[in-house]
Amino acid sequence: MLSKSQARAFFLGGTILSFAVFIALSWHTLSKEVPKNTNAQNLTPEVIEGKKIWEANNCMGCHTILGEGAYYAPELTRVYERRGEGYIKAVLMSKTPWSPRQRKMVAYGFSEKEADDLVAFFKWINATNLNGFPAKPKYNSTINNK
Amino acid sequence: MGFAHMGFDVLHTVIPFNTARAVHTNLLVVWLLSGFMGAAYYIIPEESEHELVNVNLAYVQLISLAVVGVIAIIGYHFNYWEGRKFLEIPRPLDWLVVVNVLTFLGLILATLFKGKKRTTTALVLSMGLLFAAVLYLPGMIWFDNQTMDSFFRWWVVHLWVEGVWELIMGGILAFLLIKITGVDREVIEKWLYVIVGLTFISGILGTGHHYYFIGAPKYWLMIGGIFSAMEPLAFLGMALFAVAMYRKGEKKHPNKIALSWTLGTAIVSFVGAGLLGLAHTMPQVNLYTHGTLVTAMHGHLAFWGAYGMIVLAIISYTMPNMTGRKLYDSGIGTLAFWLSNIGMIGMTVAFGVAGVAQVYLERIMGLEFGDVQKEIQVHFAILVICATMFTTGIALFIYEFIKYGLPNNEALETK
Repeated sequence: MLSKSQARAFFLGGTILSFAVFIALSWHTLSKEVPKNTNAQNLTPEVIEGKKIWEANNCMGCHTILGEGAYYAPELTRVYERRGEGYIKAVLMSKTPWSPRQRKMVAYGFSEKEADDLVAFFKWINATNLNGFPAKPKYNSTINNK
Repeated sequence: MGFAHMGFDVLHTVIPFNTARAVHTNLLVVWLLSGFMGAAYYIIPEESEHELVNVNLAYVQLISLAVVGVIAIIGYHFNYWEGRKFLEIPRPLDWLVVVNVLTFLGLILATLFKGKKRTTTALVLSMGLLFAAVLYLPGMIWFDNQTMDSFFRWWVVHLWVEGVWELIMGGILAFLLIKITGVDREVIEKWLYVIVGLTFISGILGTGHHYYFIGAPKYWLMIGGIFSAMEPLAFLGMALFAVAMYRKGEKKHPNKIALSWTLGTAIVSFVGAGLLGLAHTMPQVNLYTHGTLVTAMHGHLAFWGAYGMIVLAIISYTMPNMTGRKLYDSGIGTLAFWLSNIGMIGMTVAFGVAGVAQVYLERIMGLEFGDVQKEIQVHFAILVICATMFTTGIALFIYEFIKYGLPNNEALETK
């Protein structure tokens, strides 16, 4: 039967080995793969400004991006492709709560510049390689056909 | 929030959903951390047989943590935050948390160091707390790139809840089992090593399941899939361990309520964290469920089973010891246990049904997000009913806690 010192060796050995592999893979991911998948060369000052506005207003408190956030409002990683620039800017600059199908969004009433920065952020993230997410639905979308 | 999901967002102008949500997740983290800290302040001195080195400083630490928490929550209502899920608190407050946690760790480690004994249970618990503090730091680095930001955010969130917090949970669980079942310490601590070993072997590389679809390379699909499939083993280990030790135990501790919570946490964490996590962790499934209410289903039962219940277990065990009142088997305490558990399981089922419906309608049928949400509103009515039941259970627990919490003359008389 397993002794306590063997159990401790299993714990320490397993932890150190897993951690070493994890660090090595993370290093490879961050230095080689992420810049390629996310087109890091396209991170313009507008995109970065957009990300700051995104965080300052806790957009993730309702929406998801890269599938992460809250599940109260639509996923936005591909919103640039789905809705286009005009629609996005209208929502962001609206002075009354945007409320399609009952749910309300906070009326941020952003300036033209802020809305443009956020659009730049959405445009940049729209091009990220996400290993096939979000999956293409098997049937026709109901979007924009009402 | 449940009502908002049903389409009655009457509070929108006062508390928009994102504020409610930030308060909800942050209160969860802060109360659990306070619970862990409280548990450590009780367990470490007892295990090391040395009084806490500076009790006054511990009070300062507790009060300052509460003050920072309150400031953060007030700030959220005035758009003062850093919108990153679970790490919403603004940067200046982050630094206060760091100072606070360092104080806490200093007290715990100094006590452990000066103590007569360094038991495995105490070491595992302290290690969990120490790593938890260290892992908070990657979450404080600014990245221009959303993918990098997310990558390191998971170092905090995932490696906390599926890594070092399990060490804390394992340490507390081992302590409770030693006290309640009376099984030999050597046996319990040996299995504790095996369980935390399994936790780290599966959990560290299991972080890969958060890297499937965020712009990280494809090899995480395989690594995350394989190692996160092993994650339930650690929780299964805890469940089998708790039940086996309970059966084996010869001493029958009279504190029935603490026993219920102890066995409950081991079993519910296996179901909520282990099995429901496994249900959507495979990349082929997660491609459709990522970022839907399915995640909320898993999240609620996992946090409740693994961390909420362990904190309530340690409170139920320690309170009678500290007040000297033998509150071991009260009707209200038992009712609190069952109501909160049944309520939470009901909520999990409601989230699950809503989530699965959402996945099929939105991700497979291609219906628009808003159309789908209208179709699944009804499930949130069930959710609110179950949440009411859950809250009633928790209210009863708090009622007992306050009513019997303060030591008074009655407690002295019964001694």
